[in-house]
Amino acid sequence: MDNQTLISCLKDKLTGFDIEYSESNESVTIEVNKTNLVDICKILKSESSLSFNMLIDICAIDYLSYGDADWKTLDATNTGFSRAVKKTIIPDPDEHYDEKRFGVFYQLLSIDHNVRLSISTFTGSDNPPTIDSVNGVWNSANWFEREAFDLMGIQFKGHPDLRRILTDYGFIGHPFRKDFPTNGNLEVVYDEEQEKVVYKPVSITTRPGVPRIIRKDK
Amino acid sequence: MTSNNLKLNFGPQHPAAHGVMRLIMEMDGEVVVGLDPHIGLLHRGTEKLAEIKPFNHSIGYMDRMDYVSMMCCEHPYILAIEKLVGVKPPVRAQYIRVMFDEITRILNHLLWLGCHGLDIGAMALFLYCFREREDLLDCYEAVSGARMHATYYRPGGVYRDLPDSMPKFEANKYISEKKVKKLNYNRDGSLLDFIKDFTDRFPGHVDEYETLLTDNRIWKQRTVDIGIVTPERAIELGFTGAMLRGSGVAWDLRRKQPYEVYNELDFKIPVGVNGDCYDRYLVRVEEMRQSNLIIQQCIQWLEKNPGPVMIDDNKLATPKRSSMKHDMESLIYHFKLFTEGYSVPEGSVYTAIEHPKGEFGVFLMSDGANKPYRLKIRAPSFPHLAAISEMSKGHMLADVVSIIGTLDVVFGEIDR
Repeated sequence: MDNQTLISCLKDKLTGFDIEYSESNESVTIEVNKTNLVDICKILKSESSLSFNMLIDICAIDYLSYGDADWKTLDATNTGFSRAVKKTIIPDPDEHYDEKRFGVFYQLLSIDHNVRLSISTFTGSDNPPTIDSVNGVWNSANWFEREAFDLMGIQFKGHPDLRRILTDYGFIGHPFRKDFPTNGNLEVVYDEEQEKVVYKPVSITTRPGVPRIIRKDK
Repeated sequence: MTSNNLKLNFGPQHPAAHGVMRLIMEMDGEVVVGLDPHIGLLHRGTEKLAEIKPFNHSIGYMDRMDYVSMMCCEHPYILAIEKLVGVKPPVRAQYIRVMFDEITRILNHLLWLGCHGLDIGAMALFLYCFREREDLLDCYEAVSGARMHATYYRPGGVYRDLPDSMPKFEANKYISEKKVKKLNYNRDGSLLDFIKDFTDRFPGHVDEYETLLTDNRIWKQRTVDIGIVTPERAIELGFTGAMLRGSGVAWDLRRKQPYEVYNELDFKIPVGVNGDCYDRYLVRVEEMRQSNLIIQQCIQWLEKNPGPVMIDDNKLATPKRSSMKHDMESLIYHFKLFTEGYSVPEGSVYTAIEHPKGEFGVFLMSDGANKPYRLKIRAPSFPHLAAISEMSKGHMLADVVSIIGTLDVVFGEIDR
């Protein structure tokens, strides 16, 4: 099935939903409203002309610093590398997020029709960011959603067992958010006096090797 | 759940756990009634690290995803960059990539076969498998300088062309001249001659492994009807690769969504029937034979068709050292590439290849900068391991080891 056939087929089957279709880099992406997500997924899976029977991946994205470059020469100083160092932002727990702060991408595959589709959606201004779980539609979503919850802090409503999966026992924070420092907050060291391994604030500071530069001259 | 159930901890340091995995098992006597895998003990935050590095710096990190099939992990990342930038590598580079993908597949399956055998009691096989792996790792070394973490694929081609000579053994006080001559018998020609010699020998070696296992009574007792997955469940659980084909679903990205030059090569896709550990074993062994055929076809083509292995665009590819000596432009490109890297146009892309373990995918989002905005790696073993609980329930404790083996998990890619 080629992309044009897929889009027309999708438009035919998904009438009544507010969906944005786009085609780029040889693949089709649909942007859906998070309130319709599960309904749309159910149709995508059950409709025989689409039959997206496999959920390949779930990827959560934090758009906080999208399009930010370190090396803006207009407000550069002569302090060398420190000008590319961003101050750590401490997230406010009561804050309402920007509507487009957190996004979730779902990669679907139809084995019957040999076609791929990605669904993109935003979690809105909820804090914590919340979206419905698709675990009831595809069982493979279970661990992918746990991962997105662990690393990005997205709550999947209706998930049977939403626990941390990749980070340490007792970990605080969601490390893949853009306001979480790459160095982390805590480090593990052996304390001679207490004769045990303890957590301490990190002793290293951020120092970028290569600044982030955006060029659009191509 | 009755009060007689026993909670048992398995791992994280257990030789049969294939890395650092912790299982909390609930046992009723010797039967598993509940199983909860704890992963993440090898989590290095590769996806986060990629966000602070220029695109090319992360290629080496990809090798360390699935550290038993290194080049196959670089491949989708490179493809994603190429797709966003909009370049295509020269055909020779594509053939080299396919050849090394298949060498990697054999490497991966040999390690899997050896370790899976070792887990359930077949000691000798491990030694034979590692004997053959040694030759293939020498190919890695000859082409990239590193036995494992090659960083050989680059956006726009491969790092360099195949070498004309193979490194040789040298005599010392422990190895005599006579022994060295025997060891070097296939190292007089080019790398392609060396691989050719390997592909001639390899089917015989696979026959040897099969003699040891395929009709072996103990092997069958340990694998037949263990960990059965129906095709419907396999699709539902997101299985790919040999795990899916073992359940009887004929799905292979090399055939269904061909990348590089796979559509010009002749090979067959083995498919299982029962979806148990034994079928998956048969599928993987046959895949090794098919990979061998693909390598032979690639060698034939590569011998006849010399040519460039990197695109001629200095925005992506390093300029030649010789041209830098007199050409200002080359010097500038060189400086730019090594200080800043290249900027990738804004957009997002998902690329996937048929990795030895299944579908290895990379979701790459760029905001137009010289570093990825977000990189998400879709590791094939991740959904496979997620299903271990469902596959193991009702089996004996010893069968859990068979099931871990058949999943072919590597924690480098699961924990990332």
